[in-house]
Amino acid sequence: MVQVLKSTDAVIVGLGWTGAIMARELSRAGLKVIALERGPDRDAAESFALPQIRDELRYSVRQELMQDPKVETVTLRHRLDDEARPVRRFGSFLPGDGVGGMGTHWNGNTFRFLPSDHRLRSHLTERYGAARIPDDMTIQDWDVTYEDLEPHYSRFEALCGVSGKAGNIAGKIQPGGNPFEGPRSGEYPNRPLTPSHANELFRHAATEIGLHPFPAPASNASAPYVNPEGASLGACQYCGHCDRFGCEANAKATPMSTLVPALRQTAGFSKVTNAYVTRVLYDAKGKRATGVRYVDLRSGETYDQPADIVVLSAWVFGNTRLMLMSGIGEPYDPRSGKGVVGKNYCYQIQPTVQLFLKDEELNPFMGAGGLGMVVDDFNGDNFDHAKLGFFGGGYISLNSTNGRPISFRPTPPGTPAWGTKWKQETAQWYRRTASVLCEGTNYASRTNALDLDPTYRDMLGQPLLRMTYNFTPNDRAMADFLLGKAAEIGRAMNATVVAPQPRKGDFNVVSYQSSHNTGGTIMGRTPSDSVVNRYLQSWDAHNVFVLGSSVFPQNAGYNPTAAAAATTYWCADALVKKYLKDPAPLVSQ
Amino acid sequence: MLDRRGFMVSGGAFALAQTDAAAAADSGTNIKHDGAEASKNTAADPLYALTPGEAEFLTAVVDAFIPADDLSPSGSECGVVVFIDRQLAGAYGAGARLYQEGPFQPGNGQSQFGPQSPLAPLQFIQLGIAELDAWSMANSNVPVRQLAKPELNTLLQNLEAGKIALPRIDARAFFSALLQLTMEGFFSDPIYGGNRDKASWRMIGYPGLPATYAKAIKQYRGRRYQAEPKSIADFL
Ligand SMILES: Cc1cc2nc3c(=O)[nH]c(=O)nc-3n(C[C@H](O)[C@H](O)[C@H](O)COP(=O)(O)OP(=O)(O)OC[C@H]3O[C@@H](n4cnc5c(N)ncnc54)[C@H](O)[C@@H]3O)c2cc1C
Ligand code: SF4
Repeated sequence: MVQVLKSTDAVIVGLGWTGAIMARELSRAGLKVIALERGPDRDAAESFALPQIRDELRYSVRQELMQDPKVETVTLRHRLDDEARPVRRFGSFLPGDGVGGMGTHWNGNTFRFLPSDHRLRSHLTERYGAARIPDDMTIQDWDVTYEDLEPHYSRFEALCGVSGKAGNIAGKIQPGGNPFEGPRSGEYPNRPLTPSHANELFRHAATEIGLHPFPAPASNASAPYVNPEGASLGACQYCGHCDRFGCEANAKATPMSTLVPALRQTAGFSKVTNAYVTRVLYDAKGKRATGVRYVDLRSGETYDQPADIVVLSAWVFGNTRLMLMSGIGEPYDPRSGKGVVGKNYCYQIQPTVQLFLKDEELNPFMGAGGLGMVVDDFNGDNFDHAKLGFFGGGYISLNSTNGRPISFRPTPPGTPAWGTKWKQETAQWYRRTASVLCEGTNYASRTNALDLDPTYRDMLGQPLLRMTYNFTPNDRAMADFLLGKAAEIGRAMNATVVAPQPRKGDFNVVSYQSSHNTGGTIMGRTPSDSVVNRYLQSWDAHNVFVLGSSVFPQNAGYNPTAAAAATTYWCADALVKKYLKDPAPLVSQ
Repeated sequence: MLDRRGFMVSGGAFALAQTDAAAAADSGTNIKHDGAEASKNTAADPLYALTPGEAEFLTAVVDAFIPADDLSPSGSECGVVVFIDRQLAGAYGAGARLYQEGPFQPGNGQSQFGPQSPLAPLQFIQLGIAELDAWSMANSNVPVRQLAKPELNTLLQNLEAGKIALPRIDARAFFSALLQLTMEGFFSDPIYGGNRDKASWRMIGYPGLPATYAKAIKQYRGRRYQAEPKSIADFL
């Protein structure tokens, strides 16, 4: 029996970064907002206290804060004709669960995308001609520009107290920052984090070979900070336990540390945890949603929550799966190229170069989530692709984020994985190694997509989402190019051993790569090429709004959260200023 | 039950009361592991999940993975078998956070998908031990735990290289699981029973907790930061 609850103004599915931002904006505007979150609530002071929070086995290896695949996972196949296998344990990406979502255990790298990333097809066409774009590279413009988003990027940076150095303020290039970035309206709220020794070696070498290094913008506060929502952040302790952990010092910006205090005091806001949303209740004739259905994971009871506005902020997989299961929009068919839901699923390709420096002490256990030194010279279209056989690029950085010994103890190539020799090499190099990471773009391709798996089911018997995904020739060429550049920096650092680790073979879901998945419910100009319009409003249900990196038509060479948050603020702005006055499609078809 | 000779007998006790990280950092000395400490409480470790025979198998294997030498006691002396037994006896061993719905496809061992076995980790390790023992009996008439060191090393190398096929289990996935659990036991916080006396942390120079380096990150640029490593238990 389904119990029908009292109707509310807005219901939000998923309470990570994007859900929390939207909840704050809508309840601030006076709406009654109910957020439904599949995972548990957590009290940061209780859950992230010392010393337990520094437990690598529990949080990093056993993944305590993350989504439990027993409840829901995804399946993977590499080619359209393959049979998919379930991802039985998460590895390459680590979906979040519970209040805060992935934002609880993210690192904090807070990059804006390049202006050209937001209008990729137009940009590449203008510069290289339409003929250069391969037929099966299904990239497109966001239909919202960097200039539109700039104030919203700024707002997110202020919310998080981002530590960084501007490279371009209103068109004027700033020394020490990233000269390739889009024009910013101002400096970062906090000065950059203190660079590590390895960061400094990288900066020196990159400068020497004519590149433009700058400190990575990080949502790890370099000094105590009070954000515009009145929340206080502490100063980062460089403990090296950001990614996969909660922050004991309250220095890492998370939905909990930056927004929850304000939400707690907002009368119109309430949340229900352990509430697993299974469907958007959809009136196809009226082209609107009437609410959502969820199962309380503690009692097993099913509830219908009627609402005037439905916001999907259940991350890439959740958003796409809910649209597909609810029958909103036409599912994408990679063979015919028709349909849109599930289209342009992208990930990222992150080749690394491992460096071993025999005469350096690098103290790899000191670090912070976003403590990196970066060059953007080979990102996006910052360099000329006219004579290259690929598009895209990525930032190259040396991050001092963690040196936790279960997972981080590289040895030079040729070292056995165990035994006497392995021990000697591990003891010799642990403190003298660093990786140069390339955060590569991923441009959409016709066959990389999401749909519902015909075989495998979640805990409640509903179909899992199926990824059809593999790296494309463009990805591989781009990655090899970046790897070469990263190795060059490594050599300029005078590393004793420079060990590039190319990504070979089929994409694998086992070793961690990044949690920067995008696409599935992409934005665009028309219903035939996108799921949502430029305001992230569904073309097929004007009161459904979809948030997060699932709306990116392709992936950039950056971490995605700032762009996901900026588009959320942009969407909230349109919702409050336009949609509430006239609940109708915001872009005419 | 377990052979606990070797390192413990020879290992001297030099407890290092290095609390002043700054002083130690400049001294350049290598902090030595405390062998006596490592051996002290091993005699009475109960087994929760494994049989004594299975524990002996694991003792032989983890000591091949982590042999005793100047750098540390052996894997089993550091409590790695105790660690594995406890992990397998708990939620992890029962398949917590592991999707176990079928169908189960052949193609176990297609490494891009991760393990696809229908078994939970405890059953998986137990089956693997039985299978590899049977293989060893068939090929050299002794179970794995009785192989001489060079033969055991060769067997493990062959397993790792995919040169041994076992009838009911993906041999390479079994090898990876053994190595992964061993490394977890050796390098994790000692509260889980492995990494006794923080032997692995001393070996590589990892200070453990409390990990507040706001000043040190600059102060120790290019210089070794050395401190008596601290475990979670040291703060409780
Ligand atoms: C280890 C790690 C490091 C990272 N580092 C960085 C970084 O440095 N920089 C960066 O930009 N990004 C980073 N990321 C990615 C970043 O965390 C995400 O981009 C961001 O948090 C996504 O926000 P979101 O609101 O879209 O989704 P999420 O934060 O994932 O929130 C979605 C929420 O929806 C809930 N949900 C899902 N389905 C349902 C359902 N059916 N019913 C109810 N609730 C549901 C989930 O439980 C979750 O809480 C990292 C991620 C990880 C895992
Ligand atoms: S490195 Fe800094 S921000 Fe990250 S968890 Fe530690 S104290 Fe918090």
